[in-house]
Amino acid sequence: MGKKISILIVDDEESVRDSLYSWFIEDGYHVECAENAKKALTIFESGQFDIVLADIKMPGMDGLEMFRRIKALNQASIVIIMTAFATVDTAVKALKDGAFDYITKPFDPDDLTHLIRNATKQISLTDENEILKQKVVSLECVEDLIGNSEAMKNVLREVESVAQTNSSVIITGESGTGKELVARAIHANSPRKFFPFVSVHCGALTESLLESELFGHEKGAFTGAMYNRKGRFEMADSGSIFLDEIATISNKMQVELLRVLETKTFIRVGGNKEISSDFRVICATNKDLRNMVDKGTFREDLFYRLNVVNIHIPPLRERMADIPLLVNYFISKYCTSMNKQPIAIDPSAMKRLQDFNFPGNIRELENMIERAIVVGDGKKISLRDLPLEKNIVPNAAESLDDFERAFILQILTKYSWNISRTAKALKVDRVTLYNKIRKYDLKQAD
Amino acid sequence: MNLQNITLISFGYFEKDFLEKTAEAVRLEFVCSANIREGHIDLSDFYDPGRRQYNGDKLLRQIDAMAFPDSVKVIGLFNIDLFIPILTFIYGQAFLGGRSGIASHYRLSNEPYGMVMDKKILLDRFRKEVIHELGHAFGLIHCYQPTCVMRSSTYVEDIDQKEQHLCLTCRTQLGV
Repeated sequence: MGKKISILIVDDEESVRDSLYSWFIEDGYHVECAENAKKALTIFESGQFDIVLADIKMPGMDGLEMFRRIKALNQASIVIIMTAFATVDTAVKALKDGAFDYITKPFDPDDLTHLIRNATKQISLTDENEILKQKVVSLECVEDLIGNSEAMKNVLREVESVAQTNSSVIITGESGTGKELVARAIHANSPRKFFPFVSVHCGALTESLLESELFGHEKGAFTGAMYNRKGRFEMADSGSIFLDEIATISNKMQVELLRVLETKTFIRVGGNKEISSDFRVICATNKDLRNMVDKGTFREDLFYRLNVVNIHIPPLRERMADIPLLVNYFISKYCTSMNKQPIAIDPSAMKRLQDFNFPGNIRELENMIERAIVVGDGKKISLRDLPLEKNIVPNAAESLDDFERAFILQILTKYSWNISRTAKALKVDRVTLYNKIRKYDLKQAD
Repeated sequence: MNLQNITLISFGYFEKDFLEKTAEAVRLEFVCSANIREGHIDLSDFYDPGRRQYNGDKLLRQIDAMAFPDSVKVIGLFNIDLFIPILTFIYGQAFLGGRSGIASHYRLSNEPYGMVMDKKILLDRFRKEVIHELGHAFGLIHCYQPTCVMRSSTYVEDIDQKEQHLCLTCRTQLGV
């Protein structure tokens, strides 16, 4: 048994109160008794009981009126009506008004035990449900969507407005920009948030596997189908389904997907029964679907069905202002998960990160910070903790001079400032390299 | 912990061997001495003609009022159909953490359920019921261990499922 259940017994007969008190106290419950409704309400208000066992017929306020007042005080409390045969009709009325159950005096010990067991089960399920709801909210909240840049603020605004609707959404953006996070944020802010969010990575599955994964299959539908299995569309009933890398699905699957999206019904592989499911579709791709439609590799009708709302997530290089915020967020996230004290980042390392173009986007930055925390000295993230030797390329928005400066510096660093080797790698002579070093004021300590 | 002496008072006819074996089980379980006495009360005072049963609450209070200065716990043993006002029947009851308890083998026998009398089963059930009620008198509440004698039983089949002994948790709580 988890928490100690508290029971309030309300009956004008002392022998009934005493008997029930003894019975429940032996079961380890916290029990209190009241001889009338007025006293019971006073006790209830001060103690908030989980279960109230109330007689219907009592002098003064009757059990039904007391039941209504208890429900007004605490909707979640469970009220069980005790009644004699003559008042069963009244008890049935109480049931219709929301009483948990009624029991006719005298009770069979087993009936009473089962009734209380069911009531305690209901209490623990309600508590558990509440805890899980809170966990779901905390798990799926949008805190991972970090960004103060105008580009990111636009994305968040779009997420907020589209979440409340039932429209299909296509999320576009380069790999590693956080498309699934945006999809989760849409789901977490939608009225479907307490129902499943089912994610399918279309690119990772062959056509037949994807078909079985999405629609489910019946036992014996194919070799290895030993059991009936629910498909992802079925699992996403009342929730959202996220189809990642939608551009990779075959023509046949495109046709099937279009039919499912239009009818919200499907048949399991090897089955003959039509199954309906109420789901919302959120897709993601890093390809240009419009271009694919023009080339004839993606069905136009499916494109229009999916592309009701399009949210484009900008690559990290287009929102470099968010880098310090993201870096600090990842430092805090990984220090917490690795049980380490939060550490700072050296300004020169931060500057270098802001100069990096991140072809792998946020995923690359996140991995870089995680690695730096693992390999670093635990005090500060410095330049040497960051794997930035390769691919230092300034932002596209910056000048050719900036590009040249950063590139020469990268190669110089790679060859430990060995001028001959660097010049050879850059395919220029040593004099030219010296001139460039002078021109850009490059220093070894930089 | 020395649980001292427990008195078992029989009311009505009981075979001597039946009582001895019950007392022996109590001795072993609570690591104490247990003596048997014969009691005499007018049961008609506790009879409810409307229910054709005997009021367990009143009987328990009667047992509790009896003076047994040499005993730390007292349990009345009966062969009558017991009830308490709110329940259709009980096998027995005790004051939780109190001094007294009662137990009846009326509904523990196979006969009321249309089966052949089995003395061994009856003795087995009765010993469990007596130990169970004494456990309450020693302050133990119902236990969730399936085989512990302190598990709540509302059917004789439930009693058959459990053992005659306290589980480790209950024994630890009792200090035996």
